[in-house]
Amino acid sequence: MATEAHAAEGATGYIIHHLTPLSVGEGFWTLHLDTLFFSAALGGLFIWFFKRAADKATAGVPGLVQNFVEMLIEFVDTQVKDSFHGKSELICPLALTIFCWVFLWNFMDLFPVDILPAIGSMMGITYLRVVPSTDLNATFAMSISVFCLIIFYSIKVKGPWGFAKELMFQPFGPWLLPFNLLLKVVEEIAKPISLALRLFGNLYAGELIFILIALLPWFIQPVLSFPWAIFHILIITLQAFIFMVLTIVYLSMAHEDH
Amino acid sequence: MSINATLIGQMITFALLVWFTMKYIWPPLFQSLEERKKKIAEGLAAAERGQHEMELAEKKALGVLRNAKEQSADIVTMAQKRANEIVEESKTVAKQEGDRLLNAAKAQIDQELQQAKEGLRKEVSSLAIKAAEQILSAEIDEGKHQEIVSKISNQLG
Repeated sequence: MATEAHAAEGATGYIIHHLTPLSVGEGFWTLHLDTLFFSAALGGLFIWFFKRAADKATAGVPGLVQNFVEMLIEFVDTQVKDSFHGKSELICPLALTIFCWVFLWNFMDLFPVDILPAIGSMMGITYLRVVPSTDLNATFAMSISVFCLIIFYSIKVKGPWGFAKELMFQPFGPWLLPFNLLLKVVEEIAKPISLALRLFGNLYAGELIFILIALLPWFIQPVLSFPWAIFHILIITLQAFIFMVLTIVYLSMAHEDH
Repeated sequence: MSINATLIGQMITFALLVWFTMKYIWPPLFQSLEERKKKIAEGLAAAERGQHEMELAEKKALGVLRNAKEQSADIVTMAQKRANEIVEESKTVAKQEGDRLLNAAKAQIDQELQQAKEGLRKEVSSLAIKAAEQILSAEIDEGKHQEIVSKISNQLG
């Protein structure tokens, strides 16, 4: 879709330009450099911030940074304890990483839509899409990783045969085996797809609306973009939260033996 | 909007982030949280214990105070009794001493009286002898009547 966009001018061209990633390579082996760069940079920010807090962590009176980090930790821990009853070393850190990373991705949405692409074009970068969660690759990468963990834990906890039985004999018993299998496979496949598309759709639409607002005359823009940005603060947090909670729920389902 | 190799890159980044969080971020932070929780719980327990101990100490102090009051009252009563006794004793002693002095004085007076009597007797007897001597010197031989005189003198005593 990027190729047709080069010629287009005006509003359409502007929108398409903003939603076209900076990419190299052909076919499947295309890399979206902006997505990779921004998500890695944001991941680095997350790691740096939390590592700093973890290094200084004491059981005594916490500082400001530690307080904030501990608040997040407690929050994630509560969410995990609420829905996950097994014991896992992985799930808490996983949930924390998902929440913070997705939140930071989404947060890029709140930068004015033109500011980073403008800086980019000054450095000779023609396309720049700054919000990694508006790239299906980013959201799917995360949801497919979660999906792999779901499958892994299902097999680990229930055993290969137990997992297969669950796929074949539930919910309607052995006499409706093909139907059960179909239902279960769809259910499983739907998990990563819904995770990825929900996040992508919300953020893509949000970004699109910011871009549309940016097309309006300058004196109308604040009236619209300000409430939309405030609303978006809710959306980005909510989306990060939903992704995290659903991951926890799916993994706890994978851990439960029926 | 195509799925491409970016997906793989993102998955690798994600895996690295999760691994790092799991290894270096979650455990120390969570541990410090747990430690603080324990510390606070211990602190609360200690405070409660302290309060309890204070209550006990207060009760104990009250008991000690009451005992001390009772004891002091006892001591005062005993002291009063003792003082009375001492006064009584000294009264008795003084009376005895007075009696003794009185008796001694009486004895001395008796003795002196006796001595005076003795003296007087002697003087009277010698006077009588002298008078008798003078009366009898002319007519009575001293040697002959000596026995009679001394008999009289003895009777005078």
